[in-house]
Amino acid sequence: MANDRRGDAHGAPADRELLSAADVTRTIARIAHQIIEKTAGDERAVLIGIPTRGAVLARRLAAAVGEFSGTTLEVGSVDATLHRDDLRRRPARALEDTEVPEGGLDDRLVVLVDDVLMSGRTVRAALDALADHGRPRAVQLAVLVDRGHRELPIRADYVGKNVPTARDEQILVLLTETDDVDGVRLRRGPTPEGAPAS
Amino acid sequence: MKHLLSVTDLDAATATGLLDTADRLKQALLGREVRKLPTLRGRTVVTMFYENSTRTRVSFEIAGKWMSADTVNVSASGSSVSKGESLRDTSLTLSAMGADCVVVRHPASGSAHRMAAWADRAAVGGGGESTGTHTSIVNAGDGTHEHPTQALLDAATLRDRLGAIAGRRVAIVGDVLHSRVARSNVFLLATLGAEVVVVAPPTLLPVGIAQWPCRVSPSLDAELPALDAVMMLRVQAERMHGSFFPSSREYAVSYGLSQARAALLPDHAVVLHPGPMVRGMEIVPAVADGPASAVLAQVSNGVHVRMAVLYHLLAGAPE
Amino acid sequence: MNTELLITDVRPYGGDAVDVLVRDGVVAELGAGLDAPEGASTLDGGGHVLLPGFVDLHVHLREPGGEESEDIATGSAAAALGGFTAVFAMPNTDPVADTAVVVEHVRRRGEEVGLVDVHPVGAVTVGLEGAKMAELGTMAGSRAQVRMFSDDGRCVNDPLIMRRALEYASALDVVIAQHAEDHRLTGGAQAHEGVVASRLGLAGWPATAEETIVARDCALVREAGAALHVCHISSARTVEVLRAAKAAGVRVSAEVTPHHLLLTDGRLTSYDPVNKVNPPLRTAADTRAMRAALAEGVIDVVATDHAPHAAQYKDTEWQAARPGMLGLQTAFSVVVHTMVEPGLLDWRGVARVLSERPAEIGRLPDQGRPIAVGEPATFALVDPEAQWTVRGAALASRASNTPYEGMRLPGVVVATVLRGTITARDGKVQT
Repeated sequence: MANDRRGDAHGAPADRELLSAADVTRTIARIAHQIIEKTAGDERAVLIGIPTRGAVLARRLAAAVGEFSGTTLEVGSVDATLHRDDLRRRPARALEDTEVPEGGLDDRLVVLVDDVLMSGRTVRAALDALADHGRPRAVQLAVLVDRGHRELPIRADYVGKNVPTARDEQILVLLTETDDVDGVRLRRGPTPEGAPAS
Repeated sequence: MKHLLSVTDLDAATATGLLDTADRLKQALLGREVRKLPTLRGRTVVTMFYENSTRTRVSFEIAGKWMSADTVNVSASGSSVSKGESLRDTSLTLSAMGADCVVVRHPASGSAHRMAAWADRAAVGGGGESTGTHTSIVNAGDGTHEHPTQALLDAATLRDRLGAIAGRRVAIVGDVLHSRVARSNVFLLATLGAEVVVVAPPTLLPVGIAQWPCRVSPSLDAELPALDAVMMLRVQAERMHGSFFPSSREYAVSYGLSQARAALLPDHAVVLHPGPMVRGMEIVPAVADGPASAVLAQVSNGVHVRMAVLYHLLAGAPE
Repeated sequence: MNTELLITDVRPYGGDAVDVLVRDGVVAELGAGLDAPEGASTLDGGGHVLLPGFVDLHVHLREPGGEESEDIATGSAAAALGGFTAVFAMPNTDPVADTAVVVEHVRRRGEEVGLVDVHPVGAVTVGLEGAKMAELGTMAGSRAQVRMFSDDGRCVNDPLIMRRALEYASALDVVIAQHAEDHRLTGGAQAHEGVVASRLGLAGWPATAEETIVARDCALVREAGAALHVCHISSARTVEVLRAAKAAGVRVSAEVTPHHLLLTDGRLTSYDPVNKVNPPLRTAADTRAMRAALAEGVIDVVATDHAPHAAQYKDTEWQAARPGMLGLQTAFSVVVHTMVEPGLLDWRGVARVLSERPAEIGRLPDQGRPIAVGEPATFALVDPEAQWTVRGAALASRASNTPYEGMRLPGVVVATVLRGTITARDGKVQT
């Protein structure tokens, strides 16, 4: 997903910074604390990221959880592409990694992680993909940015930052692992043709 | 990608993309309770086989079903085909019925190309408007021309076992003249950067092979020690009656993969065979079932590669 | 017929403009500024080139038995529109033209249509099966006056049968036209044996299958003292065999088709069977050799091998498609494009390869004659400057299997005149 954010990782001059690199680190730390609190020492809880940046965030969150609580949570990823409801609206897209931890997902608490929550359609697809891999005890959702415009009854359990946006704006989430820099920016102009609505 | 007719339709990036998709699909299905993806729900895939091939037909059928496509099998016997209906009429009929994809195996070289031409013509009405039918054609083997998904699954297997294809040396041994598998493999492996060596009796080498992206070698024994992989082609019994070689015994002695020959291969080398194997002729059982053999991996990779092909042809918006 | 026709402002063989007065089908006067006699019809030649009417030694008119692809009426129309005044209809019909009954039928149908002299070619062997000689003498002596025999579509492959046919023919003043293809070497062949076919997985038709039969037949005809004509030469190596045979005094003549002058096997990659023909399209080096041999005279004539096939026989998979392509209406243009424009043939040369030599080989006394007073008024009037775009559906043949679809070609046949009667004019048949 979100290939459009890769080509101009450092943002165009018109971009407005929503979170600085330090803000991103702080936000991830805050979500990690909330996860520790809500999962209450459940060592079998698992963080599953939605590629690409959700998977990066899941790894960062796991590291932060480990640092703050000493509990090492397992991490995985689930590519939701094959379950999307908008496949036929654009040319076939490349698939991303799916890595389910040893031992599967049955009866475990899964924290699904993505970068931006918008329509909720990606999360819906990811929930379907998860269901094919097993039956979790419960699924929670963590996102770095919630920008509104929901099209499905989906709500995040952990939100880094709520950002009211217009539909013709883009949220650019940049992470060092994929974009060489951390930050969240707001860009004027509609999401490029064909990009999925998060 | 509208059709998959020949490996020459694929540049290195597209071919690698298909192999990557196949890997991801394999990963997505690994350890699943439900081996079914909703991706091609509501799409219809017809397999139309004018030659028997349980292996390829079933592989496509499973690939379709695992992605929730509706798969329909048409075999040449027991259909209007046996009543003398032309390939064109059968093909247009399937398009008109709404087949999103027709996977075809046919004894005539170029049949898939012809079906694609008919399908493309049917997609455009008299006034140049779209008729709403978009049938993708997948070549599952046309005469002695090509078998592109076989070459893709062979490439997937080699990439798995050797870590990469570029720079690896692969020998293709046997009846290259009549082999669609050989044609697809020579050109696809060359596209992916492999060094391809062809070993065959001169009577079973195509005219003009000097212009193919491969080297021809007269001696299998001389090549074996430096190979990363060797692909043995099936030798059909009828070739013996066409004076292509004197006897199966002489063929096996010169070109068969015996245990002694297999011992000349480096330890990491992979043995491939597209199947069905003629054991004792081009390959002995101990080698076919030995540790170097990737024959069964080829079969399981076949399903994932064919899923990847169907995914790229059918999942996205029509071009 | 017994009227007068004044053809004004034409350039015989591309020379100076003259008028031609035709009376009773014969050239009565030839010169500048002729006056039209009262009651004479006129044809404005527009300064175009006047040639003797074309003679095609090799067409398939499909009648009887193949009328869904062509019949003698539609084939005659295509011939007249292409500038032809005589055609030789090959015997691979259903029934085969291997008896006097069938050849007389073809001849009579040709006369009824009246657009072009249709000369039936008789089969060399019964049913074209290559086993038993057909009644050559009866066909030659019939009303059809058969002067050419051929098993075209099949080779007279058996050397003994070929030898006997040549010996027998030597007493009849007829020519045996051989389809040179050693079938033992072309079993299942689908395309020229070369780089293209091997990549496409099409079984190869090796050039040696043509070369060896021509070499063998040249040796046989030398002994037999008969006349041999070789159909549709396609390979450069066959040219060398012919050159040697002719130098040694063998009575052999040869034809090349327009498609073997122009088209190559590079067209096969689409697998569109419109390009399937026998002998197959070969390489660019072969087309160059064909052109050079035609200019030099090693190859005597251009013959079309006009082979109509209805769509159901052509719009199929390659292997199932019948070989053959339309040729009558595009032959002149292809000759202009491949021979005249590059300077390989002048208009005298075109008259030689499309009219004079074919008439000699086919033993037609009143075709391929000089443009002169007292000679038959049998002409093709052509505009070499004009261009046209080939559209199969617009051709006169019942089938539309032209490989030149959409191609822009030079050279337009303005009018065709057969013994003083205009048979085609401005792209329309005159009936």
